[in-house]
Amino acid sequence: MELLVASAVGVLTASGVYLILRLRAFPVILGLALLSYAVNVFLFSTGRLAINAPPVLQAYGDASYSDPLPQALVLTAIVISFGMTAVLVMFALGAYLEAEDDSINMTETDETETTGKEGEA
Amino acid sequence: MSHWIIAPVVLPAILAPIIAFVMRYDISLARTASFAGTIALAAICFGLTVAAAGGETVSYELGNWPAPFGIVLVLDRLSAVMLLLTSVLALVVLVHAVATGWDARGRHFHALFQFQLMGIFGAFLTGDAFNLFVFFEVLLIASYGMMIHGGGKVRLQAGLQYVVMNLAGSTLFLFALGTLYAATGTLNIADLAQRVQGLPVEDAALVRAAAMMLMIVFAIKAALFPVQFWLPATYSNAPAPVAALFAIMTKVGAYAIIRVHTVVFGPDVPVLSGVVGDWLMPVALVTVAIGAVGVLGASRLMPLLSFSVIGSMGTMMVAVAAFTPATTAAALYYMVHSTLSAAALFLLADLVLARRNGDRLRAQLPTVQNGLFAALFFAGAIGMAGMPPLSGFLGKLLILDAMQATPQMTAAFVAILLGSLLTIVGFARAGSVLFWKSTGLAPAEPAPNPDDGEPQELADAPAPAGVMSVAPTVAALALLGGLAIFAGPVSAYLGAAADQLYDSSGYISAVMGQGTEG
Repeated sequence: MELLVASAVGVLTASGVYLILRLRAFPVILGLALLSYAVNVFLFSTGRLAINAPPVLQAYGDASYSDPLPQALVLTAIVISFGMTAVLVMFALGAYLEAEDDSINMTETDETETTGKEGEA
Repeated sequence: MSHWIIAPVVLPAILAPIIAFVMRYDISLARTASFAGTIALAAICFGLTVAAAGGETVSYELGNWPAPFGIVLVLDRLSAVMLLLTSVLALVVLVHAVATGWDARGRHFHALFQFQLMGIFGAFLTGDAFNLFVFFEVLLIASYGMMIHGGGKVRLQAGLQYVVMNLAGSTLFLFALGTLYAATGTLNIADLAQRVQGLPVEDAALVRAAAMMLMIVFAIKAALFPVQFWLPATYSNAPAPVAALFAIMTKVGAYAIIRVHTVVFGPDVPVLSGVVGDWLMPVALVTVAIGAVGVLGASRLMPLLSFSVIGSMGTMMVAVAAFTPATTAAALYYMVHSTLSAAALFLLADLVLARRNGDRLRAQLPTVQNGLFAALFFAGAIGMAGMPPLSGFLGKLLILDAMQATPQMTAAFVAILLGSLLTIVGFARAGSVLFWKSTGLAPAEPAPNPDDGEPQELADAPAPAGVMSVAPTVAALALLGGLAIFAGPVSAYLGAAADQLYDSSGYISAVMGQGTEG
């Protein structure tokens, strides 16, 4: 059980980090999604792994229960990372449609000379 | 009285959706609401600062849940100063954005602005580590929207980098919090401080790892050395008023380092034994160097200002990394200064670039009000580089003075003084190219009109900046002057804030001592 959870976190993190280091937006988004899965599983395990235990203290002295707090944290983290991934996809799509290139790196050009004229209209 | 503590979070949280849903098609209504909200926030934050001046740490229990179980907001002198600084900065930036019409150049500027304020205020007030994460996400997701306000290819690409960087940082933040919870069983900052102090040395590895991971996360926000690469691209390509508001965002990271690494992982905690300070000091020194060299080497105006922000963060973190009350007080003074001077410079850059073709540093024909902009740039550069009479000089003097008592004195002196020199040279070069050399250029002869031989009118001569457009920049610079004039009372308040910070027992008892009241 511990081995399974630990290796799942490890593999997800490793794949996520590998994908983040790619140059294109799509693998990077997948990498960030994998990283957020990894961290969600990891957060579950921070309350110690307990199977078939209710998330409440037993009334009559039986001390075995699963910690409810990490579950609440995971729920929050899932909501936030889901929303963030959606935002990221929109950003990547916008950048791709504007630049016709889904590279993460910015091309150093002098285009700001002509298009960068902004400010007061 | 005590319910006022949550007002800086609740007010923008209510206002922003109303602006987004009800006033989305009426920009003047949205402007009115946004102004009213920001002025009210400034008044509330001023009131809170006065209330916190007494030295009492006030803890506000959300939903009246007692401390380690519920989420608390904590107001002490440090949070109050940060609140006041943020609200003043927000007001200045808002006036600029409205006066120059930036807010009408994309949708939902005012709603995002209020959400941004909510996140920043929340991050400064919260007394719970996971809640800090949540408020970080609130301010980040608003900043993503603000960052690409107005659109454009380069801005979207820079925005994508910014989002990716921060999402990776958020993931690391969660890993750190998970580790911390696994080691201590709590995420309340005061409760964490208690448990970490009592932790046996043999169980300390997890906590040490968590402390370092948290420092990396906050360093990403504060743009410290190995993770500062996002900042120049982001700040240079963000709309200038947004970049000015972002001047406070790096300080959120700095604040988090100051708060968490003094109260929880303080210098006197046996299991950590100064591990954080040992790493933070060289990082801060290198950051000073990067900022200074960047200012010297920048070929465009916006990256130059961005690197000067990095340099000022480095200077400030040198003082923070010494982890003594005196250096922290000096760092806080410099933090207030550098926020306002960075904002002033970015706002000024917006005014200048609106009348120039691109922000590359090369001589172009002088635009309208060349003298006014040159004078303002001169004042802003003096402030940022740290020369008298503005507060940058006093800030650096305070830092150097406080560093005298620490073992890292030599390195700090060399880095800060050399960094200041390079910054001065960089700003002098930029200012003379932008404003001075341009007056030596001969204006191009207007082509004669083929019909009657009369010279043609120049078609798109930029309009001069109105009073309301220039006022925010002048106000920010005037605040720097005020900070220098009232340096005595201000640094006394900040010194008291630093003392309060290092007396973590006061913080702990304020938060944990109310357990029976609920």
